[in-house]
Order: sequence, then C-alpha cells, then structure tokens
Amino acid sequence: MAFSLVLAAALPISAQDIVLGQYASLTGSEATFGINSSNGVALALEEVNSKGGVLGRKIKIITEDDQSKPGQPSAAVKKLISSDKVTAVLGEIASSRSLEAAPICQEAKVPMVSPGATNARVTEVGDYIFRVCFIDPFQGTVMAKFALDNLKATKVAILTDVRNDYSVGLTQYFKEYFEAHGGKIVAERSFSGGGTDRDFRAQLTSIKASQPEAIFVPGYYTEAGLIAKQARSLGIKVPLLGGDGWDSPKLSEIGGTAIDGSYFSTHFSPKDENPKVQDFVKRYQAKFNAMPDGMAPLGYDAMMVLAQAITTAGSTDGSKIRDALAAVKDFEGVTGKITIDPKRNATKSAVVLKVSGKGNDFVASVAP
Amino acid sequence: MMQFWQQVINGLSLGAFYALIALGYTMVYGVLRFINFAHGDVFMLGAFSGYYLTPRVLPHFTGAMAPVGVAIVLVGTMAICAIVGMLIERLAYRPLRRMPKLTVLITAIGVSLFLEYAGQFVFGADPKAFPELVPDRALENTGPLTITTTQIAAFVVTLLLLVGLTYVVKRTKLGMAMRALSNNSTAAALMGVNIDTVISFTFGLGSALAGAAGILYALSYPSIDPLMGVLPGIKAFVAAVLGGIGSIPGAAVGGIILGVVETFVGGSPFSTYRDAIAFAILIIILLFRPAGLFGKMQVEKV
Repeated sequence: MAFSLVLAAALPISAQDIVLGQYASLTGSEATFGINSSNGVALALEEVNSKGGVLGRKIKIITEDDQSKPGQPSAAVKKLISSDKVTAVLGEIASSRSLEAAPICQEAKVPMVSPGATNARVTEVGDYIFRVCFIDPFQGTVMAKFALDNLKATKVAILTDVRNDYSVGLTQYFKEYFEAHGGKIVAERSFSGGGTDRDFRAQLTSIKASQPEAIFVPGYYTEAGLIAKQARSLGIKVPLLGGDGWDSPKLSEIGGTAIDGSYFSTHFSPKDENPKVQDFVKRYQAKFNAMPDGMAPLGYDAMMVLAQAITTAGSTDGSKIRDALAAVKDFEGVTGKITIDPKRNATKSAVVLKVSGKGNDFVASVAP
Repeated sequence: MMQFWQQVINGLSLGAFYALIALGYTMVYGVLRFINFAHGDVFMLGAFSGYYLTPRVLPHFTGAMAPVGVAIVLVGTMAICAIVGMLIERLAYRPLRRMPKLTVLITAIGVSLFLEYAGQFVFGADPKAFPELVPDRALENTGPLTITTTQIAAFVVTLLLLVGLTYVVKRTKLGMAMRALSNNSTAAALMGVNIDTVISFTFGLGSALAGAAGILYALSYPSIDPLMGVLPGIKAFVAAVLGGIGSIPGAAVGGIILGVVETFVGGSPFSTYRDAIAFAILIIILLFRPAGLFGKMQVEKV
C-alpha cells in the first residue's frame, strides 16, 4: 500500500488533469475502512476516466493515509489543499477524523465529500461539506426499531466507545428512540476505543447482571470482535447490535464464531440482487480479488457523485462545484438513490445484516 | 455478590498481565537502575512471533501432541524475544553505559519508537486476528462464575515465572552476580563478576518474560497490532512503581492491584473515568508510600 501511494504521488500530473485529494485510514486500527473506500474510489475513477473523464479532462487523485489517528487528517488535508491545490476532497469514513478535516476544507472553500461519516455534526461544519451516506439519527433509530420490532427486546444495555464521536452519537439516538417507544436501557457502560482498551470483561460483567435482551455496541469492528468474544466467554448469550462501524471482514476474523448471530445496520449488502449492486460486486472482485464491504460502494458513490457535480458545474471552481453538489437529486448509486438534502446529507435506506463467518446475511431494509 | 467475585476474577486475570510485564521492567531496573521503555514493544514482538510461529508449528502437532506444539511456540517466542532484548542492550544501551542516565533513558524511548514503527512497516499497521493457540473455553462446574482457560493460563504462568525469577535472583550464582551488580557495579567488577554477561542475561530474561506475556495477552485479546505494547507497557511500568520498582514481588502485587482497581471502576457506572480513577488511587498510594509498597527508601549520599 505504501508503495502504491508513492507511485501515485510520483506520477506526472499534466496541467489538464483535474486533481482531487483523498484522505483515508489506509493503516491503523480502522485500516479496512480506508482501504475499502479508497478501492471503491479507484474503481469509480477508472470508470470515469475510461469514458474520457469530466469536462474533457482526466481526473487524478492524490491519496493521503491518516493512519486512523487523530491529528493526521488535518495535516493531510492541509497538504492536499495548500501544496497539491486539489479541486475537491474525498474522505473520510470515520466521523471523528472527518470532523477534524472538514473545517479546513470549509475555510479554504474546497468542497469535501465524505463517503461514510455518519455523525450528524460533520456536515454542520459548513456549506462546503457533503456526504453520500445516511446519518446517525437515522441509523440509531433503525437499530432501536429493529431491537423493538424484530427482536422484541425491551431491555437493552449499551456499551459506548467514548473516544469516538460516531459511537457517542449513535448511543444518543438509539436511546432516544428506544426509550420513547417503551424500551428500557438497563445498563450503560463505556470504554476507550482505537486500540486503547482491549479488556471489556469489567463492563460486560456488570452488563450481564442487568440481564439485557440485547447489547448495543456502536463502536468499530476491532472492539466489537473482542467484545463479542469476551461476552460469550462470560456466558452472555444475547445478540449484540451495532452500526456500520462493524462493516469489515475483520469483524468475523477477530470475533470468530462469538460474533455470529449478531446484527448491524449498514449501507449495502453484497447479496442484494439489484443489478447495479451485482455489477459493482463483480467488478470489485475482479479488480481487488476480495468481497466489498459497506465502505467500498460508499467510496465509489462519493467519487461518482463528485464527478457528476464537476460535470454539472462545468468548471473546477470550488463554489460552482459546491452548488452542483447541493443540487444532486435522485442519483442512482450502488448504495441506493442519493438525494442531497438541504443539510448536505444523503437521504437513503439502511440495511440490517446478520453476522455470519461465511458472509453476512441480509435481514431487513429500512427506509428513512 | 456473584458479580463482585466475577469482577475479582476479571481483575486478577487483567492484573496478571500487568504483573508479567512489570516483572521485566523491575528486573532491568533492579540491576541497572534504568527504565527500559522498549519493554512494552518487546512484548508486542512476542505477540507477533506467536502470530507467525503458530501456523508454521501447530499443524505438525495434532491430537495428543498439540501441547508440545504450544510449548514450542511459547519457548520459540521467548527465545526470539530474549535475542531481541540482548541485541537491543548490546547495540543501543551498552555503548552508553558510562553516560548520564538521562542519555540512556532517551535512547530507550528512541528504541521503543523504532520498534513500533519498524513493526508497522514490517507487519503492517492494521490489526491482525491472533490464531487460537489454545482453545479459549470457559471452565465447567464454576457455578455462576466464569473462568476461561486463558485466564487460568495467564495466572498460572505469571505465578510460575514469579517463583522461578525469585529463585534465579536469590539462589543462583548468576542471581548473586545480579544483586552484586545492583549494589555496586564497580565493586562487583573488581570481585570478578563479568558485568557484560550479567547485564546481557538480565535483558534476555526480562525480554523472554515480555515475550511470554505477549503471547498470553494475544490469546486473551486476539487482535494484535504494532502499537499494542504502548499502553500495557505504561500500565505495567506504573504497576512496577506502585509495587516498588526493583522489587520482584512488588511488581506482581502492583500489577494485580492495578488490574483489580481498573476492573472495579470499569464495571461501575463511572466506566468512562476508568483510567483517571485508577491512576488517582495510585497517586494516593504513592503519596503515602513514595518508594512503592515493597520498595525501600534509599537516601542519596552526596
């Protein structure tokens, strides 16, 4: 990966090329997020350029790795904007890191399109910040609804990653909907994610004592896998629930059979029979020799939406691209029909998947 | 009440890891009066050695021979870590032995960062799933309490190594040389103690312990990455200071106390403040016993 980055940076960029920047977590604790979304971006880029690019010019992407670490996204985006003079920025999957880079893009009036940052505050940073995914008030509601209606659970415990804006946000929206509709949160515990905490037995032991019917764990996949293992070894048999932060092949690698039978909400299912999805899955597998998770099509859609906006804008001027992005309506993406709402979020449906080591099973689709 | 005892078990098993890492810190400190900050990263190397050795060794030992395979992985890892530890001492610390302590301390931080980022380059920075070396099962017939095989293993190994170390230090010739060196290195050298050999041995032993800890830790928390040693390293260092750095039983007791305190705070509704409360308690203990629980106050002679 490091090698290909050097290569991409070293390629000569001709004056005619439209240069876009991307920051992604290609390494570190959420590496599969960045790798999959940037693979999706690469697939879209190939498609756009093979059709002659946009405005008669080819698109070049300069990618920076933020190592899944706080502090890195702002450095990466500052470099992209001031030294590479990018037209627009793509990134990131993680909300905390998107929130870090967004003010810099806003300040420089460079449009930023996030593939997968679902925390509501991301696009509230300013009118140059967009995303092609749903937001956590919706995602939290989806899982709360799922727990109540599908699992018939009325007593749920929550285990939040307090270092993670995304996790804290999901917890809040889950709780609001769940309690307003007759559910009861029987225990609330927290931990520090990002590789800091690895032992969750203390929290899980006290959660077990509160006898929940399900446990909501709105963190990322590394912790979710470990939490599942430790929960099962403590004799907790109820399903765990999560959000799109679980969507990674590493979830089952780390969690093993312990995570099987748990549920999470995400943006797409590779088992969806929609021809657009199947075509994407086929091309993705051919190019990268791996199954796409939910982050790959988001990267793809982010790139496609941005390419379309540049075409509509008819220029590489930041404010014109911004206006074109704000006007995106009924764009047929792999993750669904994308319409950018006045708050610069995409309204679209979520899917709920059941974890299985042999490929997650589609359970339900929830419309906004 | 059941919950209380379960938390005690959780705390003891977490504390056993801190104790195991703390033993290495305390041993090097006991002999050299210097804190080897790269210790947590040797612990990380232990986990990765296990990660790479397991699929190469274990398939050759199936059925009843499986424990032999596990033993080979464990011993192999400890050997690799011992060699790395001795190399670090030889290349980075020995040339600085006559320099001020601060120089060596800064070098140790440099070695630590070198191992972390070299690890990211060699192993890749994304977390890897550690293979199931021994099946992690809950023991039966423990009633409402659950104890897993890896928890037991961590505790037993820590106990064995604690006893073994005490024996080496108190009863063997090499241990006597270590203590002599700790007391007065010039006098020890004059009495015919080969300083280089003893220091090299100390590093080898401490690093082998870190290697064993790395494997046990990765078995319990099967997601490993090149930065995994940073936090346990810091916590173990604190445990060693709490117990009285330089004292072997102190390291063990300090580790256990830290593990149990963390677990009880983590299981309470104040779980967000886990580290803050745990460390506040440690500060209070150190206010009353500045040399740590088992440490002896030493008066610097001017």
